[in-house]
Amino acid sequence: MNFSEVFKQTNQLCKVSPDGKYLATCVQYRLVVRDVSTLQILQLYTCLDQVSHMEWSSDSLFILCAMYNRGLVQVWSLEQPDWHCKIDEGSIGLVSSRWSPDGRHILNTTEFHLRVTVWSLCTKAVSYIKYPKACQKGIDFSRDGRYMALAERRDCKDYVCVFVCDDWHLLRHFETETQDLAGLEWSPNGCVLAVWDSCLEYKVLLYSLDGRLLSTYSAYEWSLGVKSVSWSPSSQFLAIGSYDEKVRILNHITWKKITQFEHPAIIDNTKATVYKEAEKRPGVGSDEMPLHNITMGATLFNTQSKYEICPLPVQIPVVKPDPDRASPKIGISVLAFSSDSRYLATKNDNMATAVWVWDMQKMSLEAVLEQTSAVRCFQWDPLRPRLALCAGNTKLYLWSPGGCVSVQVPTEGGFQVQSLNWHCSGDSLILLGKEQLCLCYMDTDQEDK
Amino acid sequence: MGEWWTTETSMENYEISSISHVTMSPSRRNNLVSMYSFPLSKSSYSVISAFCTEDNIPQCISYINQELASLGLSSTCIEAISPGDTGLSTVPALNAMYELLQIHRRSMCNLEELEREQLRKSSTLEHIQMSNTRLKDQLELSIREKSGLHETERQLQLKIKTLQSCLKTEKDEVQKLQSVIASRASQYSHDAKRKEREAVKLKERLSQLLIDRKDKKLAIDVLNCLGRADGKRRHWKTTKATSSHEDEMYKSLLSDYEASQRSLMLENAELKKVLQQMKKEMMHILSPRQPSTRGATADDSQEQADLDGEAKGGDASRESLDQYCEHAREQLTNSIRQQWRKLRNHVERLDSQGTSQNQLESNKEVIPRETHEDEMERMRCEVQQCREFIHAQQQLLQQQLNTSFDDETAALLNDCYTLEEKERLKEEWRLFEEQKRNFERERKNFTEAAIRLGREKKAFEEDRASWLKNQFLNMTPFTHRRRYSSSDGQSALSISKSVASNGLNLTKITASLRVEYL
Repeated sequence: MNFSEVFKQTNQLCKVSPDGKYLATCVQYRLVVRDVSTLQILQLYTCLDQVSHMEWSSDSLFILCAMYNRGLVQVWSLEQPDWHCKIDEGSIGLVSSRWSPDGRHILNTTEFHLRVTVWSLCTKAVSYIKYPKACQKGIDFSRDGRYMALAERRDCKDYVCVFVCDDWHLLRHFETETQDLAGLEWSPNGCVLAVWDSCLEYKVLLYSLDGRLLSTYSAYEWSLGVKSVSWSPSSQFLAIGSYDEKVRILNHITWKKITQFEHPAIIDNTKATVYKEAEKRPGVGSDEMPLHNITMGATLFNTQSKYEICPLPVQIPVVKPDPDRASPKIGISVLAFSSDSRYLATKNDNMATAVWVWDMQKMSLEAVLEQTSAVRCFQWDPLRPRLALCAGNTKLYLWSPGGCVSVQVPTEGGFQVQSLNWHCSGDSLILLGKEQLCLCYMDTDQEDK
Repeated sequence: MGEWWTTETSMENYEISSISHVTMSPSRRNNLVSMYSFPLSKSSYSVISAFCTEDNIPQCISYINQELASLGLSSTCIEAISPGDTGLSTVPALNAMYELLQIHRRSMCNLEELEREQLRKSSTLEHIQMSNTRLKDQLELSIREKSGLHETERQLQLKIKTLQSCLKTEKDEVQKLQSVIASRASQYSHDAKRKEREAVKLKERLSQLLIDRKDKKLAIDVLNCLGRADGKRRHWKTTKATSSHEDEMYKSLLSDYEASQRSLMLENAELKKVLQQMKKEMMHILSPRQPSTRGATADDSQEQADLDGEAKGGDASRESLDQYCEHAREQLTNSIRQQWRKLRNHVERLDSQGTSQNQLESNKEVIPRETHEDEMERMRCEVQQCREFIHAQQQLLQQQLNTSFDDETAALLNDCYTLEEKERLKEEWRLFEEQKRNFERERKNFTEAAIRLGREKKAFEEDRASWLKNQFLNMTPFTHRRRYSSSDGQSALSISKSVASNGLNLTKITASLRVEYL
């Protein structure tokens, strides 16, 4: 495992192009494009203000830089550095900006969600979509890029609009049976749209592409409901994480629950392995391998850590949330399927130091990783069943079915890893700190425990 | 006995009569006051002595006769020997006495018996009384207990009632709370809707204001328009396009459904195959053992199962037809259930049988278990060996590292290493010096060559200038210039000579030049 040197970035804006060749980062008001393998600067663009959001187009030829304060969007071309494009939303303001899947249209959401403006870079034409809904996830594109689903709120009722991304033709417009639609997501095969209600009511609705209601699922009433939803990449399962600390899995044939995964505070009676991170102090090294310490470069300020397998029963530290506050820190907030749909990683908010990995073939708990500090971010390798996670300290953690490893990020000055992203080839990881970024290149699979 | 009876009755009569006599006696005999004390027979001797005196013998006799008559001894009468004589006839008197004694004896016996009877009766009475008291106590106790139990039962009943009432109140409360929640929820949604309507109004107003203001126009400023991502031209928005979108959407939906249906059918077929295989294997397992125990019935069921199998074989080929599929499925599952039940019974029977069969089977298992254990042992030894090997390696490695920190050997080794290094360094220095010298030399050569080149260039220029001048002058009629031209030509020749030769002239010039240069 090699680590590159540390570069500057602001606002956690650092993205790899979809073809995997370039890395774009924003430093204040500049946009820096580097080559991923050599990390040499290829292009440098200057925007008019500090960039709030940056996105690659799907063909990796253009980069969008949005400045929400100024209501501006600038688009840069990689092939022709002289080409420029500036979209000014004027006084109507800008709250979010994104590419369309064909890489030739930009969708801007104005302030107060008054409307969504669709700018065409081919014809300079403008289209408007009225009454978009301001919710957790109001717009979603299908994976093949042909359809866009948009949540609409009109006359105190929720609707879903399905547009054809080719010419922005409204294909379907139907009302949903939700009280307050919180989000929608296409299944990876593009045929089913999952729509869920706000946390005040547990309701997940499944609509077919042509607007027919296929099924409704509601696990319970009255208590706080759905917190997160995720499709498995094979479209076979829909995982629903809720505030009652459980994940329920629906199958795509009958849309009924096939199992539910619970997150108890005391883990007992499972065949899963529980990995607990233990800090090793430098100097009290093991007798057997002094060389190992030297090669890892232990310094006085970076404590080494390793994973120990804990025997059952294991107690996970729980932080009880304040019952009076809204949106309590309890429930399953993050769900992630591995690329082969074999594993599901979950995080329960009142056990913030633990990540749970479930095996979808056996429908049981596979492993639990308990860290010393709260887990900030985790992501699956796009090709292999390998999970990378970070906990806001100077270490990077990797889990795979063979084992678990903790790696120190070797930088001076303590680089705290806040979030991470995998490269699309699964060969490298981009680690983002507060104002810095670092690349980690994997050469072989780290399989030791 | 009859005699006794009569005597007893006579005794009773006598007693009664004696009692009546007693009551009557004071009226008949005034001087016989103490006659009522007849039951006190023992103490009546003094009375008897007082009864008869010398003068009242005949009265006494008559009285006694009366008494004897009343006693029923009428046969014996006491007579005086002669009237007026004080003597008695002995025989009747003795007879009377004997009879009286008999009577007395009899009465004594009766008395004894009666006493005995009385004792017995009194003891039984006591006993009964005791038991009575005991039973009374018991009864009291049980009554008390019963009352106690009644009491507890009553209390429990009270408790039940209170708990039921509590439960009812709780249920009511829960219902109330639920209704409260429902009402609050509806209130909340109503309020939220109201607020939303307000917000929509505000938004409309705001958008109106913003759009009307138009101080900052929203615009896009592009250097040049891009081509479409797929390279095609933009299509007009026609109804054909919209319908084609619909078609595309339905196509994709249908293809997805077809794909899922295909995979489901494959899965179904596989599962059916597995079930059929299982059924065949189960039949196979059951078939060699059954004829010995079941006999005709087993054969019949087997035949039926075989027939079923055949039927299913035929049906499996016609899976596409729905009705047969379902029928076949049911038949298959039923037959598998049947076979499974048979197998299970058979296995249970085997388990319950003696150890001989179990041994046979366990022998079959023991052999593979033994080999399994052997393998495990072998693997353990291998693992141990590897571990030892690794440990030895580590130790050697450590030793190597550690010995490098021993003072003497370390120093020696260091010296050796440093000597080597020194030698190498010296070599390299030498090489470096050589190369430096070479470079110096070459540099000098280059500078010389450059200077030479410069000089030659200058000379060449002068030569050229003079030649041109000559030419020009040759063209003109000026003759005094010819001298210059010839001298120039000479100088050119001399310079060309110097250029041609690499002799001492060159070195002299270069040496002088170098001095100048440096």
